[in-house]
Amino acid sequence: MASISEKVQDVFNEPGCDKNQAKGEKERKKGCTKQLTPGAAAGGCAFDGAKIALQPITDVAHLVHGPIACEGNGWDNRGAKSSDSLLYRTGFTTDINELDVVYGAEKRLFKSIREILDKYDPPAVFVYQTCVTALIGDDIEAVCKAASTKFGKPIIPVNAPGFVGAKNLGNKLAGEALLEYVIGTEEPEFTTPYDINIIGEYNLAGELWQVKPLLDELGIRILSCISGDAKYKEVAYSHRAKAAMMVCSKAMINVARKMEERYGIPFFEGSFYGITDMSESLRQIATLLVQQGAPEDLLARTEKLIFREESRTWVEINAYRKRLEGKKVLLITGGVKSWSVVSALQEGGMEIVGTSVKKSTVEDKEKIKELMGEDAHMFDDMRPRDMYAMLKDSRADIMLSGGRSQFVALKVKMPWLDINQERHHAYAGYVGMVELVKQIAQALYHPIWAQVRKPAPWETSVSQTGLDQTSLSLPPEAKAA
Amino acid sequence: MATVTSNHKACTVNPLKMSQPLGAALAFMGLNNCMPTLHGSQGCTSFGLVLFVRHFREMIPMQTTAMNEVTTILGGMDNIEQAIMNIWERAKPDVIGLASTGLTETKGDDVEAYLKLIRAKHPEIAGMAIVYASTPDYVGAFQDGWSKAVVRIVQELAVPCLSIQANRVNVLPGSHLTPGDIAEIREIIEAFGLNPVFIPDISGSLDGHIPDDFTPTTLGGTTLEQLHTMGTARATIAIGEQMYAAAIELEMKAGVPYTLFDRLTGLEANDNFMQYLSKLSGKEVPMKYRRQRSQLQDAMLDAHFFTGGKKVAIGAEPDLLWSLGSFLTEMGCELAAVVTTTKSPLLEKLPAEEVLIGDLEDLENRAKDCDLLVTHSHGRQMADRLKIPFLRYGLPTFDRLGTAHKVTVGYRGTRDFVFEIGNTFLANTHEATPNTWVNSQVSPQTNTQAQSACATEGSCGSCQSVADIHNLAETLDLVKPHDLAKPQDLVKPIAQQAAFS
Repeated sequence: MASISEKVQDVFNEPGCDKNQAKGEKERKKGCTKQLTPGAAAGGCAFDGAKIALQPITDVAHLVHGPIACEGNGWDNRGAKSSDSLLYRTGFTTDINELDVVYGAEKRLFKSIREILDKYDPPAVFVYQTCVTALIGDDIEAVCKAASTKFGKPIIPVNAPGFVGAKNLGNKLAGEALLEYVIGTEEPEFTTPYDINIIGEYNLAGELWQVKPLLDELGIRILSCISGDAKYKEVAYSHRAKAAMMVCSKAMINVARKMEERYGIPFFEGSFYGITDMSESLRQIATLLVQQGAPEDLLARTEKLIFREESRTWVEINAYRKRLEGKKVLLITGGVKSWSVVSALQEGGMEIVGTSVKKSTVEDKEKIKELMGEDAHMFDDMRPRDMYAMLKDSRADIMLSGGRSQFVALKVKMPWLDINQERHHAYAGYVGMVELVKQIAQALYHPIWAQVRKPAPWETSVSQTGLDQTSLSLPPEAKAA
Repeated sequence: MATVTSNHKACTVNPLKMSQPLGAALAFMGLNNCMPTLHGSQGCTSFGLVLFVRHFREMIPMQTTAMNEVTTILGGMDNIEQAIMNIWERAKPDVIGLASTGLTETKGDDVEAYLKLIRAKHPEIAGMAIVYASTPDYVGAFQDGWSKAVVRIVQELAVPCLSIQANRVNVLPGSHLTPGDIAEIREIIEAFGLNPVFIPDISGSLDGHIPDDFTPTTLGGTTLEQLHTMGTARATIAIGEQMYAAAIELEMKAGVPYTLFDRLTGLEANDNFMQYLSKLSGKEVPMKYRRQRSQLQDAMLDAHFFTGGKKVAIGAEPDLLWSLGSFLTEMGCELAAVVTTTKSPLLEKLPAEEVLIGDLEDLENRAKDCDLLVTHSHGRQMADRLKIPFLRYGLPTFDRLGTAHKVTVGYRGTRDFVFEIGNTFLANTHEATPNTWVNSQVSPQTNTQAQSACATEGSCGSCQSVADIHNLAETLDLVKPHDLAKPQDLVKPIAQQAAFS
């Protein structure tokens, strides 16, 4: 059994990642996550990343082994949707106490697994390691092994305690757990030449369902989605797919690459965001399947479908184009979304005045340059203060970002749209892009902006009469100070 | 009086509880120009940040010492130093509120000592207050963390003062009070001509207002100057049992006498509060509040028809539970299922049979035949499954707007709370149908009464004998025969009754 540090090294040494391969031996050892600056860091931990990657598996119990913080402070807070079981939204944790910290909490973990199996009877239990239980030396691999033997059900250890690194590393360690304990352990009832895996898609706001009807129409079967709206057994027999698509940049590249190595499943990296990307992804899926032996007519059928969908989508987007033409967008997001959304927005006639590339790879950055020209405004790490200034000076008309930075825009009374994990609207596929453009238009032309930006009548009259405005607008406690 | 028990499960399912460091962080958010910082891995802060953003819908200042595997083993002094200096350089706050986590407590970092060394090394930060609270994740719950942070704020920043300001009062609010609650309490105290200073004051920072400029730290709250002058107040008002420790600390440190109000929801609770303020200020209770009191009485009269006899399932932290739960029973509800997060001396005084320190799975198991569920937003899945009406109270409430402005204190806040409960019951009334009483007609008790009426007034011809009903029920398969009492069972009590008359 590889130790966690060996596993982290293994994950960092990713031959499928160009950025990694370009590094020297020593640099590679340091890994791809930047050293965090105490007092100036943001973002989730490795445990958070592992949970994001695996929680969308709907019919298993996700058990967090640690103090209440890790599950209690953040459970049931993501928008991954399920077509069936809701067990994945139940919060399970060992909620260890002071005595457990002193004496070890392995027994509590074992008992917890038994209680879950007795009460909820899931096909499998995923056990997540956290900082405290890792520090006191609880061996979750051993406990899971013992529990699997005793109860005859797969109990999967996910060894990604928060302090080993950032979210992205957690994604990859979660992938390792699937490779080591889940993938290849079951067999599908039947296979077809049209079976694919989609890796790194989490079905947020139901986005997978914006794409699935098109695949259904082409007769392509999603054998397994890792991990959006997935059932345990689907992941377990995913090794029988003929081809795979890797979504979400590099988050689960290790899963895609190792499945290619072990089971000969070719994969490509694609995106469902944006019209061009969506069409390209469909083409690639069809091409890979035909290479793997599917009948060749699939290619022609795919082209026909792409033509139909693109024509329809253009007509719909054009309806908004007039209102969006020339609007300036500030795009704060990570990874694959930065370039795939850029092209989509440009299709709507909008201008991107800046995009963050914090989590993007060299490849991603190249793609952005290709789309936005050499003078593209790419920010490695944009501080909230800078976003605030940019919006306040009207250098941007709208900001698209994740939930945590929304108030930077709202407090300067500027439109904002959520394009991150907690969003409520689905933006994938052709329909999703129309929805995104519609939402942007709605945000930009909302009637509230004119109202909230207008100063109070007395504020204008005060400045006319020459009274000191600052002393009036300060809250009482600030005056007292 | 309630029996307080803990569940004996190994696995917590659907947590009600949140951890101590978050409670401490929220308390620090009530200080002006402050940067709450968790000493732990970056995830500890990230989870808390997301939780608060979703609850308050506000920008949340919160930082981390970003501990990793190696720094945890070697000790976190370097990380704390870097964090403090980075925050100092970037934001120049008045206060850094530092709270430990499970990770650094397991290692056993001596943060107090670290801070001394860091201060000695960096004289430039002498003007910035640093308050540290020890809040391991694996002990207690959210309100304990809040309570500990306020104790530490008092210990660090209160100083004995020779001069007393005649009008100044300190108010120590518990974590169960919303920014709206604090604003309401401030208004009440000010109406008596007193000048209240809240420690901490999340109504200044998290009440959802639009600041004039970008601030990386808190947007308002108790100022450092107000904290240094806690000792000049003539009295301290503590609200919620969790503030007891901080109130005593303040009395010992600065000699300000305290009065503790266990809750400010309910008629009598507010009467006591008004009476106290009247005595303290030497002023009569203002007309405005006499009117509001009368409105509350009226609201209680209007609502009591709908709240009486209702069974309520409630899951909340001890002080919120005490406030809402006690008042619900005063409105005639029965606390049929009660779950809380941590220990408190109030729990055994609750008017319920059992108070369980447990999780939402426990509450769900006990709430099956309840008429109303009261807990935070994580009760939503349970409410769907149980199909009972659900009122969201407590933190986090992430799927409703305006949580910060919800008021349940004072006469006015209690009145609105009465209406909210009353309306919830009204909206979920089960209207009668032709079949509503079909089964209950043939229950033994009803038959006894019907029979006895016939026995005294003679046969009216319209009612059937018990035996007939029994046979009819059997042929129509309305009720299983064994559910019905046999005719001969029913005869006996009638005979006894007749003998009496």
